[in-house]
Amino acid sequence: MTEVTQEWLVDEPLRGGQMWSRVLKRGQVLRITDVEGGGSVAALLFNADRPLERYNMPDTLKAQHIARITKGNALYSDMGRVLCSVIEDTCGWHDTITGLESSAASTAKYGSGDYQALRNDWHRNSRDNLLVELSKYGLGKRDLGPNLNLFVKVAVDAEGKLSWVPNHSKPGAFIELRSEMNTLVVLSNTPHPLDPAATYRAKPARLAVRLAGPVASDDLVRVSCHENERGFALTEAYFL
Amino acid sequence: MALSESSLDPKQAIFDTVLGSGLGFSHVIKRGETFRIVDLEGNQAVDTLFYDAANPTERYSAVDTIRSQGGIYLSSGSPLISTEGRVMLRITADTCGRHDTLGGACAAESNQVRYAIDKKYMHSCRDNFLLEIQERRPQLSLRDLTANINFFMNVPVSPEGELHFDDGISAPGRYVEMRAESDVIVLISNCPQLNNPCNGYNPTPVRLLVWSA
Repeated sequence: MTEVTQEWLVDEPLRGGQMWSRVLKRGQVLRITDVEGGGSVAALLFNADRPLERYNMPDTLKAQHIARITKGNALYSDMGRVLCSVIEDTCGWHDTITGLESSAASTAKYGSGDYQALRNDWHRNSRDNLLVELSKYGLGKRDLGPNLNLFVKVAVDAEGKLSWVPNHSKPGAFIELRSEMNTLVVLSNTPHPLDPAATYRAKPARLAVRLAGPVASDDLVRVSCHENERGFALTEAYFL
Repeated sequence: MALSESSLDPKQAIFDTVLGSGLGFSHVIKRGETFRIVDLEGNQAVDTLFYDAANPTERYSAVDTIRSQGGIYLSSGSPLISTEGRVMLRITADTCGRHDTLGGACAAESNQVRYAIDKKYMHSCRDNFLLEIQERRPQLSLRDLTANINFFMNVPVSPEGELHFDDGISAPGRYVEMRAESDVIVLISNCPQLNNPCNGYNPTPVRLLVWSA
């Protein structure tokens, strides 16, 4: 049995509308909490040591035969490696197929909500936020691929039609990402583009980082399917 | 699934070629031109990406396309949306009925995860994309490869959030056609995958045609 330390190295708020980034080192855990419920946190992941390698939505979905993210899933890069594992999730479903809100769409929906009028409560959108944060690492539009939308559920029916699921994420719901590589995590805490609310509401989130124990041979994510066992083996081989 | 045919005559096409399986391809489709992909022998996945010809940083976006049309399958009427929220092309005819944009492209590295560590040697769509852009589209690189369209591929999603790779619903001679709303580069890999049913375990050629505006 490996003892897992629960000491939080980082514990800070992520205000509604705010963006954030950090290199989550191999063996660290990031807990993202939807404080009030009904939140939406857009996320992108990169290999911090070589950012050309990044989160790949299709590879993640097809390796595990899933169309949503929850506990037990691995988040794959385009190089067949696991950037992060979802080791805990009290929400149950996180979207990765419906993308980001743009500035134009946000203005069309909520009105201008500009800084001149609202100061730091202005209506930020996930696309602009991620572009700004990516720029700080020499990345930009070419690196903005399909993202994760944490705490968001968009259901798909038998005909393939989408429907936004209201009241999906409950107050205090959280997801824990264990970094299997040195992973650049880029976040934007902003409304999802399919959120039907007529008024802009970006909910508060909380971010906390702790150390994980070594990944056991019977680790939940690792043994959840043969694909993940191979993904973990390839990731470990990369660090030899 | 609504099927719709085209009245365009292949004899009138300004471009007409057959692309063997396992090959890459790229071509500029001008605004107003119509592009058709014919699944000559049936059940052949055609991995496809689009870039704005003038500014290739703007490219096809699977997630914006899915959200914009409120559904995951592509068929007649589907607008193919760019990363800047513009309609790049629109599907104008489709005798297959459903095309995928969640399954992405096969790669040597993801084949290792999906099938076996020792499958790395097998040919893949990502390798096709990379050689094609190295040789013919130097303005593009690995950074520009994103979630693509898989024409003629059937990848249903269950209400529980499971993704399935089902047998193809295409058949010999079925086609999909789309009209460009601006000048675009089309980048294709005629899929060489042998490990799943996306090509019926037998990759085959496709025919590519373009008609003027």
